[in-house]
Amino acid sequence: MALLADATTLLGKELRTEFRSRELLTTTVVFILVVVVLFSFTFDPSTSESRRFGPGLLWLSFLFAASLMLQPCFLREQNNDTLSALRLSVRDPFSIFLAKLSANTLFLLLTEVLMLPIFAILYNVHILSVFPQLVLVLFLGSLGVAIPGTAFSAISAQARMRELMLPLLLLPLLTPVLIASTEATGALLEVNPALRADWLGFLVGFDLVFLTALWLFGEYLLEE
Amino acid sequence: MTTPGFFPTGIRFENIDKRYGGLYALRRVSLEVRAGECVAFAGRNGSGKTTLLRIAARLVRTSAGTVKFVASASETADSGARIGFVAHATMVYDELTAEENLLLFAKLQGIAGHAARATTLLEEVGLSERRGSLVRTFSRGMRQRVAIARALLNEPSVLLLDEPATGLDPEGITWLANTLRRMRDAGRTILMSLHGESEISALATRAVRLDAGAVVADTQAGASLHSIVTFAGA
Repeated sequence: MALLADATTLLGKELRTEFRSRELLTTTVVFILVVVVLFSFTFDPSTSESRRFGPGLLWLSFLFAASLMLQPCFLREQNNDTLSALRLSVRDPFSIFLAKLSANTLFLLLTEVLMLPIFAILYNVHILSVFPQLVLVLFLGSLGVAIPGTAFSAISAQARMRELMLPLLLLPLLTPVLIASTEATGALLEVNPALRADWLGFLVGFDLVFLTALWLFGEYLLEE
Repeated sequence: MTTPGFFPTGIRFENIDKRYGGLYALRRVSLEVRAGECVAFAGRNGSGKTTLLRIAARLVRTSAGTVKFVASASETADSGARIGFVAHATMVYDELTAEENLLLFAKLQGIAGHAARATTLLEEVGLSERRGSLVRTFSRGMRQRVAIARALLNEPSVLLLDEPATGLDPEGITWLANTLRRMRDAGRTILMSLHGESEISALATRAVRLDAGAVVADTQAGASLHSIVTFAGA
């Protein structure tokens, strides 16, 4: 219970500081918007082409935006050595990760949901009838990005060339999430939409495996 | 005199080594700090003072050796000793107010009556009128006061201070000296790193000089406190 109580307190801090500064959300929304718009200029998407390429383009832009968003996650704890203060205060170090990955998932999900209508208009696809299912896929995919992303953010924050390190470590690892999320999204945008249980199951499995690994080894990532 | 709710706690450093790659930050440091002592660590930059304090705070793992907290009735390497730590950096969030910072850390430390504790400390450090202001709007001295208030939240039995007077004006230094004096007189153990003589160094009951990661002088071995903190004869 102490773990959940501490994680909730820290999540409140993450949300408060972000909604006060709006640094991450603004940057990420603008980045995804630019990428989605630029992609739409590169070809004149008909509905059938959009169904083919749209989900991949959408998830690629989410992935690149996530690598931007995750960068400052632990980096800003270093400015005033607040990570040390957290380590001295929390009863379970995993609560630090739990709070940060929850915040990252929420921020990612929020920007993705904001971007969906723009994507639908630019790429001429219908999303209203499958909106709840799409949100489920976005949630599982975002969680799959946020869990390893938060862990690698902790590693790269202590490394040299940290701006390069995070995407280099993270993007190859997230290839399975990219494939599964793209396939699940694509199936929902078909003429006969379907919620693909196999890809959803894959995403759930990926999330559970990495969450367990983070729970087991996360403490070591916080050490100096 | 001791304050209810804490046990006088000493610290025993046994053959501490700390290496970063091939570089020794600390080399075979052995020290016994008795409960209630106020120890000033002096030494040039890079002599190992900060590393030793961070090891005592359990923020840095030793390469060899152990740190034991010795409470009145028990001895353990992973003690429930309450530690307060003031580092070079303020260890508080610029994007939160002074009060929000204290409430956050008080909640995380499971302090009962955390709101009242935060209010009391803000009054003690002279920031109650600015409790609702974001820390990023504070001067360095005011930030340091918030940092010290954060370290005192859990009424620590061991207080670790890494150059605590950093950024404080003369009035702030006097306030800090009075605060530390009260804590020392209440039986709390204080370890602090310092540069030169000041109102703060005058509080020390013992001084230790580090050089290249090793203890080279200790008032317990006959050196004078003045010579250690001023590097006289170093």
